[in-house]
Amino acid sequence: MSTQDDKAKEVSADGATGPIILFFILGLAASLVLGWVIFPKLLYSQKKQPIDFNHVLHVEAVEDGCESCHFFREDGSFSGIPKLAQCVDCHEEAQGEDPNEIKFVEEYVANGREVPWLVYARQPDCVFFSHAAHVKKAEMDCGTCHGHIGESKHSRVYEKNRITGYSRDIWGKNISGLRKYTWERMKMDDCAECHATKEIKTDVETLPWPLNWAPLPYEKQTGNQASVKTVKEACFVCHK
Amino acid sequence: MKIGRRSFLSFVIGGAAGTAITPLPWKLMDDVSIWSQNWPWTPVPPDGEYSYVNSVCALCPGGCGITVRKVDDRAVKIEGMKGYPVNDGGICVLGLSGLQLLYGPTRVKSPLKRAGERGEGKWEKISWDEAIFEVTKKLSDIRSNGESHAVGSIVSSDSGTVPNLFKRFLTAYGSPNFMTMPSIQDSYEMTMQLMQGVSAKAGFDAENADFILSFGSGIIDGWGSPVRMFKANSAWKANGKKVIQIEPRLSNTAAKSDKWIPIKPGTEAALALGLANVIIKESLYNKEKIDSQSGFDAFKKLVLNEYSTDKVSNITGINSTAIVSLAKTFARASKPLAICGRGQGSIPGSLNEFMAVHALNALVGNINKKGGVWAVPETDYIKWSKVEMDETATNGVQKERIDGAGSEYPHAKSLLNRLAEVINSGDGALEALFVAGANPLYSMPDSKAIKKAFGNIAFVVSFSSYMDETASNADLILPNHVYLERYEDVPTPAGLQKNVIGLTRPVVKPQFNTKNVGDTIILIAKALGGRIADAFPWNSYEACLEETLGAKWGELVENGFCSDSNSKVATGKFDFYPKAMESLSDFSPVNVEGSMASYPLVLIPYDSIRLSNGYIGDPPFVIKTVEDTVLKGKYACVDVNPKTGKEIGLTEGGYASIHTPRGRAVVKVHLYEGIMPGIVALPRGLGHTAYDKYLAGKGCNFNELIGPVEDPVSGFDAAWGIRARLTKV
Ligand code: SF4
Repeated sequence: MSTQDDKAKEVSADGATGPIILFFILGLAASLVLGWVIFPKLLYSQKKQPIDFNHVLHVEAVEDGCESCHFFREDGSFSGIPKLAQCVDCHEEAQGEDPNEIKFVEEYVANGREVPWLVYARQPDCVFFSHAAHVKKAEMDCGTCHGHIGESKHSRVYEKNRITGYSRDIWGKNISGLRKYTWERMKMDDCAECHATKEIKTDVETLPWPLNWAPLPYEKQTGNQASVKTVKEACFVCHK
Repeated sequence: MKIGRRSFLSFVIGGAAGTAITPLPWKLMDDVSIWSQNWPWTPVPPDGEYSYVNSVCALCPGGCGITVRKVDDRAVKIEGMKGYPVNDGGICVLGLSGLQLLYGPTRVKSPLKRAGERGEGKWEKISWDEAIFEVTKKLSDIRSNGESHAVGSIVSSDSGTVPNLFKRFLTAYGSPNFMTMPSIQDSYEMTMQLMQGVSAKAGFDAENADFILSFGSGIIDGWGSPVRMFKANSAWKANGKKVIQIEPRLSNTAAKSDKWIPIKPGTEAALALGLANVIIKESLYNKEKIDSQSGFDAFKKLVLNEYSTDKVSNITGINSTAIVSLAKTFARASKPLAICGRGQGSIPGSLNEFMAVHALNALVGNINKKGGVWAVPETDYIKWSKVEMDETATNGVQKERIDGAGSEYPHAKSLLNRLAEVINSGDGALEALFVAGANPLYSMPDSKAIKKAFGNIAFVVSFSSYMDETASNADLILPNHVYLERYEDVPTPAGLQKNVIGLTRPVVKPQFNTKNVGDTIILIAKALGGRIADAFPWNSYEACLEETLGAKWGELVENGFCSDSNSKVATGKFDFYPKAMESLSDFSPVNVEGSMASYPLVLIPYDSIRLSNGYIGDPPFVIKTVEDTVLKGKYACVDVNPKTGKEIGLTEGGYASIHTPRGRAVVKVHLYEGIMPGIVALPRGLGHTAYDKYLAGKGCNFNELIGPVEDPVSGFDAAWGIRARLTKV
C-alpha cells in the first residue's frame, strides 16, 4: 500500500546503502580526529619557558622544601614564583656547568632582569585567591592544586589558549574537560567542588501549626555549622 | 563508486554526529564565552594605580566604616573597614553595591525645575544660581505674607550637622515644622524619657549579652546597625549564646535563632508582662535592689493581677508551659537582654510594648550594665551659637507644629505619620516643604495619602541625589552629592551602646553638577539675608563641619571615626510605672484597621536585608539577590499558610489580589508553613515607581496597603498590620 515502503525498497535495491554508511563512518571518523586530535593542537600555541628549570635538583639543594622559594611573606601574602632577588642569593655566579644556569646568570642575573616565567596556574585578574587560607588555615597540600610539580626535572611546555589567552592548565590537559586528580583542572567548578562538599548542612524544618492556634515553640536542632562554603560574602570572596 | 548527494549528506551527518561526541563544540563554547568577557569594550576597570580610601557608609542608619578600592580616579570596590568600631571589616549587600548608586543611571545630574505637571517627569535643567534664586524668591514671599510657619522640612533624623542645619534654618526663618523620618529610635527615646527620666537613645551591648530575647526584631534582617548585629549574631552562635525569636512568621532571624516562638501579632507587650509575672512570682529577680525602686509596687500589682500565665497564654497564643520556661531561662541567664521593634524598626510601634520590654530588662537588672541596655546621651559636638531671631522668626517658631508633636502629643518631637491626615483633612497646611535624605512618598505608610498631601503643598523641594518617588513629585530638585563624593558627619549608629562619630568623606570627585546639601542650605540662608544669613556665618559646609568638630576633626580625618566626649551614661532613677503605663491595666492589642467581615485575614509586613526600604532603594545588584519566593518577575509574593491557602482555594505560584482598607495589589501566592494561619505577609521594599528600570515596577509597595494607627500615648505610628482579603485571580 504505502508508497514510502516502495521507495525504501527501491533504494536498497539500488545498492546505495553501502556508500551511505561508508560516508557516514568517514564523516564520523574525520570529525573525531578533528575534535580530539587536531582541534587541541590548533587551539593552543606552545611556548617554552625562558629557562628550563629543574625542580628536583633545587629541592635537593635547599633546606625547607617548596617553602624555601615559594614562601609566605610576613603579611601573610604568598610570594608565588620567586623574584630574581631570591635566586641571586645562590646564583650570583654560575655554580655548575649546566647551560641553563649559565644562560640564566648571563642573561638575567648579570643584567638585573627578571625572568619572564610563564605561569601555568595564572588565573584571570578577577579571581582573588588566598594561598594562606588554603595552605595555612585549611592545611591543604600544594600538590592538591599544583600536582607533582616539585618532582619535575624539566619545565613543561607552556600552552596558551589562542582564544582566551589563558594557560591550558586552567581547563586541564585533557581536552574533554574530565579529570581524575584534583590538580588536573583549575576552573571555578573545581574550586566549587571542594567548597561544596566540605559544607555541613543544617536544614530548618518547617512547623505544622497546631490547630488550636496556640503555637508551640519550635526549637532548632543544634548542628555543627562548620562550613567552608563562602556563604556570607558569596561571590565576592573570590571575585574582587 | 559514485559520490552523490546522498553520500555527501551522510558524510556531513556523520561529521556532525562525530563532532557532538568530541569536546570541540563544548570547549569552544566555554572559550568563546571567556573571550567575550575580555573584549576591549567590556567595562572593566582600567589599569592604573590602586589606592584605598576610608570613609563611612551613609546608606542606612548602620553607619559602617568602609574602605573603597580605587583604580586611579575610579572607585571599583567597597569593603568593610577593618577595625571600625561598628562593623570591623563587615559589610552588607547594600553597602557593597554602593558604587551603583554613584555611577548608576538613577542620579539627578544637575538642579532640575519641574516643566510639566507634578510627577509627569518633565524637567528643565537649571543652573545652581537659578535654583537658589527660585527657592529664595518663594521663601521670601511666604515670609513676607507672615506665613513662615507654613514651611517645613523632612529629613532622615535629628542628629548630625546636616539635619541640624535644616533645623537651624527653620528656626532663623521662623517655622517649628522640622520633621524627621520615624523609626523605633523614637519609641526607645520616649521610653527612656518616661521610665528613666533621661534624654537619651537606647544602646544595646549585644556582644556581651548571653541570652537574647527578641520581640520580633530582625536581628539579621536589618535591625539596628545591620552589620554589627550580623556580627553579634555570629558571635552568639559561635559561643553558644541563646537567641529566642518571638514573631508570627518564620523570618530569616527566626530560622537562625535557637528557638522561635510564634505569637499572635500585636500581643508582644502582654507576653513581656507575662514573663515579668513569672519572674516576680518565682522571685527570680534581685529583690533587694528592685523592690525599693520607684513604681515597682504598682508595676508588681499590675503584673500579678492582670498578667497571669494563663491569661497571657490566651492573649498571645503561646502555651503556658512555654511562657513559664521562657521566663525562667531568661531570668536565670547571666546577661539576659530583651529587645523590641519589629523587623528593621522603621515603624516606631506601640509605646506599651517598648515600656513593657524595658521594664522586663530592668527587672533582670540589666539597665546600664554589661550586656544590657544603655542610655546613650545625644552627642554634644554641635555647639553652635544660639540663633538670633528677628520678629517674624520669633512669632513663627511659637506657632503650633502642624503634626501636633509637642502640643497634642507632648512627649513627641516629630510625628510625620500624622502629616498626611492633617493636610488632607484641611486641619493644617504647608506652603513649602524641603525633603532631604528621605523618600516619604515611598516609605511612609499610606503612601497614596502622603502623595495627596504633597499635592496640596504649593512648593516641594527635594535634595535627593536620586530620582526617587519624592524627587519625581517635587517642583525643584537640588541634588546632593552621593555619600562617596561628600563630607558629612555620621552620628552614632542605631542601637550602639557608646557614642561613635564617623566621617563620610569624598572618595571620588563629584561626578555631576551636584552640591552638598549643607552648602545649598548655607547658600539659601545667605541669599535670604538679614538674621537668617547671620545664623549661617560659614563660607561653606566643609568649613562649618570642620569648625563644629573642632579638635575632633583631625582625629576623624586620620581614623575615620572618633568617640564623643559626651560618652557618659545618662543616669536617672528608674520608674517601673510611669503614668503612661496605666493603659496596660487592661490589655488590648493595638487595633488593626478594617472589619473582620470584609477582611477576614490580617496582612503583616516583613523585612529582609536584601530589601532596602528607606531613603535608598535597592540598587541592581541587590534586587538581583531577592529570592523567587519574595519577588517573582513583576510580582511580590505573599506568604500564606497552606491551610489558609486551601480554605481560599489558592495554589502555590498562583496569582491573587490582595485588598485592604487602604489599597489593593496583585500578588503571587507563596504557600509557606512558616506563617501563622489567618495571617499573610508581604515584603517591604518593593513596588517602587521611581528610580531606574532595575527597580521600578517590581512587586507592590506595602505602604500603599497600610495606613498609620496612632499610638494613644506617643502619637507615633503603632500599626503592625492591617486587615486584608485575598482573592484568586
Ligand atoms: S549596614 Fe547600612 S551602613 Fe552598614 S554597609 Fe550596610 S547600608 Fe551601609
